[in-house]
Amino acid sequence: MTVQIVGMGCQKCKLLEQHVREAVSELGLDAVVEKISDMGAIATMGVMSTPALAIDGKVKSAGRVLTKEQVKAYLTDGKFVAL
Amino acid sequence: MQVIWNFLQAQVLGMRWLDDVVGALLAVAGIDTAKRLGGSLRFFLYDTIKILTLLSVLIFIISYVQSHFPPERTKRILGGFKGIGANAASALLGTLTPFCSCSSIPLFIGFTNAGLPVGVTFSFLISSPLVDLGALVLLIGAFGLKIAIAYVVVGLLLAIAGGTILDRLGMEKYVEKFAAPAGAIDISEPELSRADRLLYAKEQMLATLQKVWPYVIAGVGIGALIHNWIPEAWIQTVLGQDKPFSVILATLVGVPMYADIFGTIPIAEALFAKGVGIGTILSFMMAVTALSLPSMIMLKKVVKPRLLGAFIGIVTVGIIIIGYTFNALGFLFVA
Repeated sequence: MTVQIVGMGCQKCKLLEQHVREAVSELGLDAVVEKISDMGAIATMGVMSTPALAIDGKVKSAGRVLTKEQVKAYLTDGKFVAL
Repeated sequence: MQVIWNFLQAQVLGMRWLDDVVGALLAVAGIDTAKRLGGSLRFFLYDTIKILTLLSVLIFIISYVQSHFPPERTKRILGGFKGIGANAASALLGTLTPFCSCSSIPLFIGFTNAGLPVGVTFSFLISSPLVDLGALVLLIGAFGLKIAIAYVVVGLLLAIAGGTILDRLGMEKYVEKFAAPAGAIDISEPELSRADRLLYAKEQMLATLQKVWPYVIAGVGIGALIHNWIPEAWIQTVLGQDKPFSVILATLVGVPMYADIFGTIPIAEALFAKGVGIGTILSFMMAVTALSLPSMIMLKKVVKPRLLGAFIGIVTVGIIIIGYTFNALGFLFVA
């Protein structure tokens, strides 16, 4: 599983990354966490509000600093919620 | 009707009762609010509590409304408009779409890749920080309904005119191109339940409060300083109605400054109380909120200097025109 944090590095993006890393380690998942901060790459993903969260290349949430618990929900059942 | 409205404006939006409570509490504490220091303290406490309270309630309500207008939907709606209608729709949606300056680049690229004209995107980028539903309510409390509505209307007109002019100038070629997503991508409109929207509204409220409280404190602090410590004569010398350059000065001082609209209102209110012209005040507020160094540095990454320069020039000139117009017609708005 690849979990991507999409954003150009603002405060909110860092917060989301922290929540993602905590969620992954608490769930004991074998997942790669990476950051997408290149403008071109963000555009190609079609993300219009950051920070966004993508799992295995699919954007799952955008424009929202998810809490650790919310990230866990995405990692386990993968429903899509924007904003 | 008039009585009800006056009550609403003074006590609910203006929270005058809070001023009385703060005054009474300070009196109990042995602080004379008729004196300068006590008066400053009273103004500071009253204004800080008032703005942060109204802000919390407003952001919550607004975020709930905004949850219906994610940028993906706004982009799709705008695709259905042509010409100046698209600029107008873009300016209006700019006030409704949740937007943070840190997202301005992905949003810009998203709009551009959807084939929206550059002017339509700029109409959005001008109106979004400038015209805010929360600001409208705070402005009603501070200056009354007429000025608040005037602010919103001219703000929208500036966004529409600015975007339209950029289109006419043929600025399209000065936008950096980025690869569009290959094929349809899976960011459809979300299915949100009412509980999701309420949760979103709560998160937004907390996040916004966390972000803006330093600006509110700073704004109120400067407001209190102007209110009680700076002689009216000084302010009149620089920004008085009879000074021909007051609007230009207020605009040029405001442009590089970055502050939230909510932090700007207390300063504007204090200047207004010192007899500064309403046009000069509107110019200052608009310059501070619409243009700022951080947002220009961001935009520089997606547009060429020529377009950025045109954008800054048009908005600055527009704000100056608005200022002089309101100073000339101020008698219509100031009761």
